[in-house]
Amino acid sequence: MNDDDLQIQLILDHYKEPRNYGKIQNETTSITEANPVCGDTLHFSLLIESGKLVDIRFVGQGCSISQASASMLTEYVKGKSVSDIKKIKPEVVLGMIGIELGPAREKCALLSYNALMKALAPYN
Amino acid sequence: MINAQAVRKDFPILNRKIDGKPIIYLDNAATTQKPRQVVDAIVNYYYNFNSNIHRGIYRLSEEATDLYEKSRENVQGFIGAGKDGTVIFVRNATEALNLVAAEYSRNLGPGDEVILSTMEHHSNIVPWQFLQEKGVVLKFVDLTPDWELNLQQLETLLTPRSRVVSITHVSNVLGTINPVKEIGKMAHENSAIFVLDGAQSVPHMPVDVSSIGCDFMAFSGHKMLGPSGIGGLFGRKEDLDHLHPYMGGGEMINQVWKDHATWNEVPQKFEAGTPNIEGAIGLSAAVDYLKNLGMENVRSHERDLIGYALGLEEDLKIPGLRSYGPRNLNVRGGVYTFNIGDIPTFDLEMEMMSRGIRITGSGIHPHDVAQSLDRDNIAVRSGHHCAMPLMNELGVAATSRASFYIYNTREDVEKLFDGIRMTERTYAK
Repeated sequence: MNDDDLQIQLILDHYKEPRNYGKIQNETTSITEANPVCGDTLHFSLLIESGKLVDIRFVGQGCSISQASASMLTEYVKGKSVSDIKKIKPEVVLGMIGIELGPAREKCALLSYNALMKALAPYN
Repeated sequence: MINAQAVRKDFPILNRKIDGKPIIYLDNAATTQKPRQVVDAIVNYYYNFNSNIHRGIYRLSEEATDLYEKSRENVQGFIGAGKDGTVIFVRNATEALNLVAAEYSRNLGPGDEVILSTMEHHSNIVPWQFLQEKGVVLKFVDLTPDWELNLQQLETLLTPRSRVVSITHVSNVLGTINPVKEIGKMAHENSAIFVLDGAQSVPHMPVDVSSIGCDFMAFSGHKMLGPSGIGGLFGRKEDLDHLHPYMGGGEMINQVWKDHATWNEVPQKFEAGTPNIEGAIGLSAAVDYLKNLGMENVRSHERDLIGYALGLEEDLKIPGLRSYGPRNLNVRGGVYTFNIGDIPTFDLEMEMMSRGIRITGSGIHPHDVAQSLDRDNIAVRSGHHCAMPLMNELGVAATSRASFYIYNTREDVEKLFDGIRMTERTYAK
């Protein structure tokens, strides 16, 4: 196995067994983002308390890249302050996916990032 | 029959290796590879004949003009244009369809009908949608359960207000070969013109516009071994005489005054500006290549490959694998469109908001399928294939598509199915 193979195993692991999957009952806010071209869809549910993202969950449908990146992103941001999360650059998410993606598939990988940033926009 | 191994020697790109492995190119419905003969013809033009055509009073320009016009004659002969017909050189089938839709529609008004089908490429839908703002009504022929056009429905859709029937010869997704002679007859019996989208038929089977009886036909050069940026619109000179020019500029005029102009003869009337000279010459070389193989042979080669693919599909029983298109090989071109599992149409309200629970879609997304196959250098396309209305009809967000051509072999088809099987094992939840 080369590095790419290992990374694909990691992506598939998140895809098949997504972390933080589901909805938060007492959510502060939620957002649904989709790429209508390929049907990738993500719904994030967020619980924000005193400027901190206490909990985040998602449900979704689509390709392994879009779903795994959402799963990885929830793990990464959970418990962080909203202001710190807002400083995260898209490259961080692409780095989590860790394999070479063409421009079309970068959109899949960044669907989660764009959704989260949009959801957090009104908060600080 | 075609000797694909011999054919492959003419295509330098098929010798290229990525990660040390050869390329299995199965995206021929999108564009085909180019044989050495086509590239050589273009290089020869630039090295020995390059000059602007039609206007030069010197030998180089006369020779270039001759090459360009001989290319037109060659392409006309290839599609059976006959002495009354001509081919206008355009960029591609898309431009040809836009030209017809924009210019023929000058005769159309509110309540006039244009009949299309659910299996059309966006290029044979959107140009006609533009006419809706002048009150033109679009109607669509749907599919039968066998993935063919519902001709009985077409009969009922046709009315005295039907002015245009514009249908594809072969579906770029389903591979369905439509009964175009019959469709043309039905259109003409109702005094509608028949526009044919030949983008997926001219490269793959004998096409004779005179015997089909269509009024216009669009096709693309790059899908038939030719260079990109060149395509054709077939029409009868008499019909084209009555059509308004599409673009204004040099070459398409006869005389120009400050306030008006007169038009050049057909086909130059529709070729404003310096045309794609190298493209026409390259396309003509592609036509020579195909004529040399014989279009009957091209068709039987692809028929063999798609038949072999459908046989493998039935034998291997890969979990979740389903494909879309006629099983009757007489009406099936060399296109294999498939999914692994359900790829439900995107429906936000139904799927996400109401339940807010895990989505049931068990399918492997076509993007994953294509990327997984690419790891074995198998090039297929995934997405909506510029046929979103058809995707909606199929109830899927997207599909994967393998499409065959003269240089593909049964071994390529086997590798495709090995790849699909491996993908299913890797990605299935």
